[in-house]
Amino acid sequence: MNEATSNTATRPGHHGVAAPVTVASGKERRAPLSDATKIHSKDVCVFYGQKQALFNVALDIPERQVTALIGPSGCGKSTYLRCLNRMNDVIEGCRVTGTIALDGENIYDTKLDVVMLRARIGMVFQKPNPFPKSIYDNVAYGPRIHGMSESKADLDDIVHGSLERAGLWNEVKDRLDSPGTGLSGGQQQRLCIARAIAVSPEVILMDEPCSALDPIATAKIEELIDELRENYTIIIVTHSMQQAARVSQKTAFFHLGNLVEWGETEQIFTSPRDERTQGYITGRFG
Amino acid sequence: MTDFTMPSVAGTATTRLRKPDLSPGRISRRYAAERRFRLYGVLAVSLAMVMLALLLVSIVSKGYSAFMQTRINLDIAFDAQEIDPQNTHDPAVLKAANYTALIRKALSAQFPDVTERIDRRRLYDVVSNGADLQLMKMVLANPAIIGTTQSVSLLAGDDFDMLNKGRISRDVPEAERVLSDKQVGWFDKLQSAGRVHYAFNTDFLTSGDSREPEQAGILGALVGSLLTMITTVVLALPLGVMSAIYLEEFAPKNRLTDIIEVNINNLAAVPSIVFGLLGLAVFLGFFGLPRSAPLVGGLVLSLMTLPTVIIATRTAVKAVPPSIREAAYGVGASQLQVVLHHVLPLATPGIMTGAIIGLARALGESAPLLMIGMVAFIVDVPHSIVDPSTVLPVQVYLWADSPERAFVERTSAGIMVLLVFLVLMNAAAIFVRRRFERRW
Ligand SMILES: Nc1ncnc2c1ncn2[C@@H]1O[C@H](COP(=O)(O)OP(=O)(O)OP(=O)(O)O)[C@@H](O)[C@H]1O
Ligand SMILES: [Mg+2]
Repeated sequence: MNEATSNTATRPGHHGVAAPVTVASGKERRAPLSDATKIHSKDVCVFYGQKQALFNVALDIPERQVTALIGPSGCGKSTYLRCLNRMNDVIEGCRVTGTIALDGENIYDTKLDVVMLRARIGMVFQKPNPFPKSIYDNVAYGPRIHGMSESKADLDDIVHGSLERAGLWNEVKDRLDSPGTGLSGGQQQRLCIARAIAVSPEVILMDEPCSALDPIATAKIEELIDELRENYTIIIVTHSMQQAARVSQKTAFFHLGNLVEWGETEQIFTSPRDERTQGYITGRFG
Repeated sequence: MTDFTMPSVAGTATTRLRKPDLSPGRISRRYAAERRFRLYGVLAVSLAMVMLALLLVSIVSKGYSAFMQTRINLDIAFDAQEIDPQNTHDPAVLKAANYTALIRKALSAQFPDVTERIDRRRLYDVVSNGADLQLMKMVLANPAIIGTTQSVSLLAGDDFDMLNKGRISRDVPEAERVLSDKQVGWFDKLQSAGRVHYAFNTDFLTSGDSREPEQAGILGALVGSLLTMITTVVLALPLGVMSAIYLEEFAPKNRLTDIIEVNINNLAAVPSIVFGLLGLAVFLGFFGLPRSAPLVGGLVLSLMTLPTVIIATRTAVKAVPPSIREAAYGVGASQLQVVLHHVLPLATPGIMTGAIIGLARALGESAPLLMIGMVAFIVDVPHSIVDPSTVLPVQVYLWADSPERAFVERTSAGIMVLLVFLVLMNAAAIFVRRRFERRW
């Protein structure tokens, strides 16, 4: 029933060519939205040992848009998110079935290199987790291990650009050598975002990136997400309805391991089709 | 969609709300309990410190004098007739000469009134039995001194050294003393003639073991211990860290790895002598490695240290926060990169702590080394890990076992050297640990 949404599951085409299909919500003033599918997932089931955490999730993530995953605690949002960059591989006893395709290419293909996949799909975690290294090394780590820079100047450039885009440059430019763990929570989270975008990923996964932050830091990150949307496909897990409404174009609602409903954010928040979605967004449970 | 139920907004309170007990009695009891706990802690620490202080005081008070040595200045006539009658200057001739006779002549010249055979023999004990070697070295180094008379500072005999240090009391009756009244008198005479010196004992730190306590030095055992420890570190640390990391990060978790884990833990509790027997059977018996060699000692001790290092490393690796691993995986680090770039540096302080514990135990170990022959009496200072040698704790054991009075202070001095070695080793490990300690 939940496939009956507005999204036309187009084959991934060359991005930016597809005509805008949807009308953007009020605050959209930039690039016309392409509805080309970046990530296509179907029949995704996840098991932790015997326990099934996700049931036949089918969700298409559009390119260069922000997709918000919402739902009550324990419904499987993080689990789904972690399927997308195969972070679940690291968890003992975790099994994923179904298909997830990035640009039409199955990411669970045995021939696919996980490391390359994770370079293409970056991740920002719920709790800021900078490496216990300098701010510079935090950002430079990814480019270094992927051999992305020819010279020191090149690397400096990447670090500068990433910090700039993460809106952190002005705050840290004088102390790039001090430890990343010495920053404030909000700065740390932006550092983690800078670290993620330093490897030029195509997709950025964010698992409750603002849950440990105050409203001002949250506003900064939200602003940042809005800017990043221009270049990256973003999937964000959030517990805040307001946040989902503010930053996302698409919203998917999970409940007890099922994807209940997904579609335009505006539609989900103004006229949800499902009773459970209605109940959740109006704050009656969750 | 009928399975979907709304949870009730608020549960009905079934019990009446209770207030926390804020009575002064309860609070003062809590304070008293905390004070008691602190007191117990302070007591425990003080007791440990007192024990340590006692140990140190008893060792140092017994051992400090070994770092000083009594020497006796004699005018030795390097008589050409005695040393090199043919004037060949051939080293073989110079080596074979009877230097003891020179010393005896010098002593007799000093005490012309001592004529009885038995008394003269006792007189000769004033100077160490090994003093002739010193003269020989002098002559070999500079044959020109043959025919001249030189004032030479010679090692005193061990009993006279003890007398000078006050370890042999003049107050006990002659019958209970190793030195007779006559001998004491001769020594006093030498002293009043200004011929007795009391100087820092460099020989103790620069020579190997000897049957004569006044000539026995610690260097052989020190170098032996050093070589053995180096072998142990080089073998046990990489091997232990690699196995631990493999087991913790790469190995599948199954029955086999469980069994391996249990066995490693058991191995840590095996008595050290068993490792010695194993070394005897395998390294000496089967592989035919040289007996008494630091190489074999290091092999045996690294077997013994390995479980400690593995357990400490696994604990340290487990303690690395998962968020750091996730962060590294998230930017596309491979498993090996995650381990080498993040897990290992963060685990290094813990690994170092484990290594300190393991190596400190290995350094103080003597039982397994007895089994592989490191207990042999070895005079030469070893130059490589295959030279026969002994180690500090075994040297201490050997000296403690010797009957001569003068070995008592050497034993304590040996322990002091062992403790200094231990402190230096720990300091090095703590230095490494500090360098890698980071906050997050
Ligand atoms: N490592 C794991 N091992 C076993 N079960 C897990 C594991 N991680 C998650 N689960 C289970 O899978 C289900 C979904 O968890 P998930 O973390 O995806 O929820 P979530 O929607 O992200 O919740 P939250 O909003 O609280 O973060 C939960 O029931 C959880 O208990
Ligand atoms: Mg979650």
